[in-house]
Amino acid sequence: MPDMTPEAIRHLASLSRIALSDEEITRLSGELPAIVSAVEAVQKVAGDDVVPTSHPIPLGNVFRDDIVGTPLTTEQALEGAPDHDGSRFRVSAILGEEQ
Amino acid sequence: MSELISMRASAASKALQDGSLSSVELTQAHLDRMDATEGALGAFLARSATALETAAAIDQRRAAGESLSPLAGVPIAIKDVLCTKDMVTTAGSRILEGWTPPYDATVVSKLREAGMVALGKTNMDEFAMGSSTEHSGYHPTHNPWDPTVAPGGSGGGSAAAVAAKQAPLAVGSDTGGSIRQPASFTGTVGVKPTYGGVSRYGVIALASSLDQVGPVSRTVLDSALLHDVMGGHDPRDATSIPTPWVSMAAAAERGARADNLTGVRVGVVRELVGEGISPAVRQRFDEAVELLTQQGAEVVEVNLPHCEYAVAAYYLILPAEASSNLAKFDSVRFGLRVTPEGNPTVEDVMSATRDTGFGDEVKRRIILGTYALSAGYYDAYYGSAQKVRTLIQQDFAQAFEKVDVVISPSTPTTAFPLGAKMEDPLAMWAGDVTTIPVNLAGIPGMSLPMGLSAEDGLPVGLQLMAPAYQDARLYEVGATIERLFEERDGYLVSERVPEVK
Repeated sequence: MPDMTPEAIRHLASLSRIALSDEEITRLSGELPAIVSAVEAVQKVAGDDVVPTSHPIPLGNVFRDDIVGTPLTTEQALEGAPDHDGSRFRVSAILGEEQ
Repeated sequence: MSELISMRASAASKALQDGSLSSVELTQAHLDRMDATEGALGAFLARSATALETAAAIDQRRAAGESLSPLAGVPIAIKDVLCTKDMVTTAGSRILEGWTPPYDATVVSKLREAGMVALGKTNMDEFAMGSSTEHSGYHPTHNPWDPTVAPGGSGGGSAAAVAAKQAPLAVGSDTGGSIRQPASFTGTVGVKPTYGGVSRYGVIALASSLDQVGPVSRTVLDSALLHDVMGGHDPRDATSIPTPWVSMAAAAERGARADNLTGVRVGVVRELVGEGISPAVRQRFDEAVELLTQQGAEVVEVNLPHCEYAVAAYYLILPAEASSNLAKFDSVRFGLRVTPEGNPTVEDVMSATRDTGFGDEVKRRIILGTYALSAGYYDAYYGSAQKVRTLIQQDFAQAFEKVDVVISPSTPTTAFPLGAKMEDPLAMWAGDVTTIPVNLAGIPGMSLPMGLSAEDGLPVGLQLMAPAYQDARLYEVGATIERLFEERDGYLVSERVPEVK
């Protein structure tokens, strides 16, 4: 197991887009090593001869009939958004200054 | 306590149909009950503003001679994980505070089409991550049996509402036991259907290969009636099983009429009755086995040797899938937005929003899931967990060659005190050992009360499991067992719930 160091957790948090506080990182670096070593138990029985199961009830490709449906209106789609301009979601700058 | 709120849904259905009861009366009784008990319980996050209107409309349609569904006019509580276009939907998270979805979940549409009366949205652990409802972003829910103990989770709100007679029926969702464990803790009945048996369209996803929606009630027949309304194929859910289902209510009625359990082969899971099961739970379970044997069931021991790896596999698969499913809470299309000072980029805004909006348990699982899916670790963690899943499915398949249903205690202990496990996630997770294998295998499972603990007087649940697609078998056998318990004890556990103060 790679060390669940504060640095490693900071990296995972950045991949997860969660701005964890230093306090949260300290707490998680205390908790996660025990959790990871507990879940590692799966490796004891996961031999090469065992096929992985991704889905408990396998279904084939699922298609629907090619019929025009009624999608949400623009108003409905924008209704719950924190910010919009009437036809599009509005967000802050995509690129930072250093990019 | 008003007689109306104590009515079984099956009895209310009959009374509504023969005209001796109106939906307005029945709904009003439950709204009054909510008024009287919500302060002590905290089972709901939102309350419908139109319940009486809906009830009056059903009464009118019935008076006009329209042929309606058996549950038309019966009130119901809905777990806050299902989208409702007329009620705020948060999945128990602050990140969705105040959000009203633009559409209904398919299950909600089916309840409305059947003429059921939605009372409100029930409390839950945030995004269904938790086993006590203490991880709700809003407030904890108290167990009607004892306000100092947890109602279970994640569906503690639905279970507490039904146990305390705020609602005769509720909808739950079960990813690793979130219907069955709260049922066990509150002396109610809860069913996780076969994976794909009930639509998940409009259900805020936790772990897509595990999530399933199911009924919560005080009797087996009541769950069956609700299952019949909710279940069936939905073209909007690609995991929905297209084959038709038999009537669960007919199966439950057949089971309730059966003389005894002659010819029913029952397997006791050896791995789920030993270490870790409290003596008080074990005592009621042993008595249940004795009763089943006396009543003609052929009880044998079965082995599910890979159960000991189930919790580990689950806490890799669930965080991995959740970390992906929860990526949509990004401050763009719905929910909270937190803008840090300065000139933040959209990524800074997302990261600040997610840190503020998500609670500790959700963050813990997202970080763990992101780790399990990282390049270089995928095969060792997520891949290995999926292999354990195969082994558990094989264990169940072998067991079901010998028996019709498999049984275990629903939970290792009775309801634990609020706060007892909040500082120790591994201890909280370990309690899911009895329910998780069912989700990993995709099979149906039911919890029904098998008595009260001699130690603390709290309810103890019996879990029944059947092969995939055999949900009706659970209702049939479950209804027989429920009646045998009632004949043995002279009451149903749910009838013994203390007065909520």
